[in-house]
Amino acid sequence: MMQKVRVKPLMPPGHVRTPHYLRGKAGVIERSLGAFPNPEDLAYGHDAPALPLHRVRFRMGDIWGPDTPNPDDTLDAEIYDHWLEPADDAP
Amino acid sequence: MAEKTNPQEGTPSKNPARRWHDDPARRWHDNPARRWHDMGGDDAGPVPTDQHDFSLWEKRVDALMIIGSAKGYFTVDGLRRVLEDMGEDAFETMTYYERWIASVNQNLIEGGAYTTAELAAKMDDVARRGLTYGDAAGAP
Repeated sequence: MMQKVRVKPLMPPGHVRTPHYLRGKAGVIERSLGAFPNPEDLAYGHDAPALPLHRVRFRMGDIWGPDTPNPDDTLDAEIYDHWLEPADDAP
Repeated sequence: MAEKTNPQEGTPSKNPARRWHDDPARRWHDNPARRWHDMGGDDAGPVPTDQHDFSLWEKRVDALMIIGSAKGYFTVDGLRRVLEDMGEDAFETMTYYERWIASVNQNLIEGGAYTTAELAAKMDDVARRGLTYGDAAGAP
């Protein structure tokens, strides 16, 4: 049973690698990849703590809406743990 | 991220990605807090496939990026930060490696590789050699 997660719908103005089109969207953790230095800190030359990074799988229909072609196709994106929250209510 | 210009050619192209402003079905994209470079999901338009050789100065910019990051002055994340902070107009008015050298330079100054005053003196020194490599080769 893969863990359901939702990407936090945050919109900070700084250096962020979490794509806008995935914010607020729900998916499942396909695998956890280990810990990597946070690019949000590296970008400013700060010491960057290694944070857990996950490969999250989304349904295309959940990202683009039910009218999208092939809504059951999936998209994988690598998202840092601090951008994810549990989404037990997701379909 | 979708390319709006051919990075090798650096030719500005009209950006079709903004059409979503006019499409009610895609208004979810129209968030003022969304940064301009975060364009996943936009219409990308045709992808230029033509290639050309890199010029000497472009290769040197690439080498400077590798050296600067290998020496620990900055990371690719710092390179991206400055490129993205330049704003959308820079992607219409500057070529790929013009944007890179601006970002590499800012990161090297921020990282303490040299000062702005040292850069100014060096640029003045180089300018005195002449406009072309041929002029520079014949300079005293």
